[in-house]
Amino acid sequence: MKVTLTVNGSHRELDVPPLMRLIDALRGPLGLTGTKEGCAEGECGACTVLLDGDPVCSCLVPVGQCAGRSVTTVEGLGSIDHLAPLQRMFVDHGGAQCGICTPGMLVAAEALLRRTPKPTEAEIREGLAGNLCRCTGYQRIVESVKAAAELRGDRGEGAA
Amino acid sequence: MLPLPVFDYHRPRTLAEAVALLATLGDRARVLAGGTDLLPNMKHGLVEPDHLVSIGRIEELRGLALAPATASAPERLVVGAGVRLGELADSLLARRVAPALAEAAASVGGPHHRAMGTLGGNVCLDTRCRYYNQTHFWRKALGYCLKKDGTACHVVKGGQNCVAAASNDTAPALVALGADLEILGAAGARTVAARDFYTADGLRNTVLAPGEIVVRVALPVAVRRRSAFEKLRRRGAIDFPLLSVAAVVDRDEAGAIARVDVVVSALGARPRRLRAAQDVAPGSDPAVVIASVAAAARRECKPLTNLDEDAEWRRDMVPVVVKRALVRALAQG
Repeated sequence: MKVTLTVNGSHRELDVPPLMRLIDALRGPLGLTGTKEGCAEGECGACTVLLDGDPVCSCLVPVGQCAGRSVTTVEGLGSIDHLAPLQRMFVDHGGAQCGICTPGMLVAAEALLRRTPKPTEAEIREGLAGNLCRCTGYQRIVESVKAAAELRGDRGEGAA
Repeated sequence: MLPLPVFDYHRPRTLAEAVALLATLGDRARVLAGGTDLLPNMKHGLVEPDHLVSIGRIEELRGLALAPATASAPERLVVGAGVRLGELADSLLARRVAPALAEAAASVGGPHHRAMGTLGGNVCLDTRCRYYNQTHFWRKALGYCLKKDGTACHVVKGGQNCVAAASNDTAPALVALGADLEILGAAGARTVAARDFYTADGLRNTVLAPGEIVVRVALPVAVRRRSAFEKLRRRGAIDFPLLSVAAVVDRDEAGAIARVDVVVSALGARPRRLRAAQDVAPGSDPAVVIASVAAAARRECKPLTNLDEDAEWRRDMVPVVVKRALVRALAQG
């Protein structure tokens, strides 16, 4: 089945079975391996991407559901040469350790900051409640998101 | 990695198309809404449909609004089955007129699940059991169970009735709030009260016939009605309930208690309406109501070993969680 969708702002056309999981379409034919697979059953949030701006578990979305819709992955936030504020702050504040949960954390945090540009610590924890991390104990991740919110606010990026 | 098994995927545009499709496909098809429960269950081989009928994009299933009172019905909050749990949780309208339902929606899974999962999906959620929600390898090693592929129940030794637990957070809220479910199938439309929708059969705990879809939920709104929802779980997010409680309190014009309804779920297959709450006499003292209903709840509710955590601890927590819900339902203005 032909599926056309927008991925990180680019128009993409796939010829894949509609029941292929979105994560497999991203990591396979689309070559976007930033999105990681953790539990594969929607409990860990490692595979989080934005679907029309909402955080979803890409292991639970058949790609057929994405026709005509917009997907944002961690690659859509920034590049290695131009890290987004969130990515920069995860580096500076030790928000990433082994790295498996990080792309999902970043994307979930992006969804949070778009909706709530100046989140409280409780709002950050709630926004990341669907993402599990087994290394950091979360504190540094929360601090990274808080710092990124401030940085985005300073740059006027938080108002969207 | 857990791949999805092979299935045919259908994406009808309208409700009529979906219903016609489901009628043709019969029990080989399942309805796919948010997919947060059905797809993991398919990955574990718990459900094995040949066809999935995706209803996620059907406009007729959307909408969240008040419907004015008519000659035969009071003012109602009407919520489409396709409304996302996150939308329901954030809805100022729902939070004002049916806080127990909004709070229940807010406590489902994590933000991702609520962005994907729908009210209709949660209403129709499969029952859960520690001996059922496991991988095929795990279940095979134990010789399967009554609910899937086997003949023995591991919760109730020798039991012939599946006791898998209703684990949908919105169910107790809808039952307590007196909601009606509007259902559509090839044979036509019908309305079933939420309290009659769930059965005590863990294999299949709803009266939904094959091919039928829950289209919308309507619940009566009353000015002096207050409600609250409380959930017991191991972590603050993601987990299914170990207990869930919805409490509804109606006051009379003088502010005295007129009616109390408390529903406890995540016990067996059917959300349990507490007899003690329905028996509360009008005008009762709030402190006495809280104490007596909480104590009675511990006697009425018997958590099983169907869910994780110690069943005795869960039983001891029944009055605690009931009290939390009642205190809030009685406190709000």
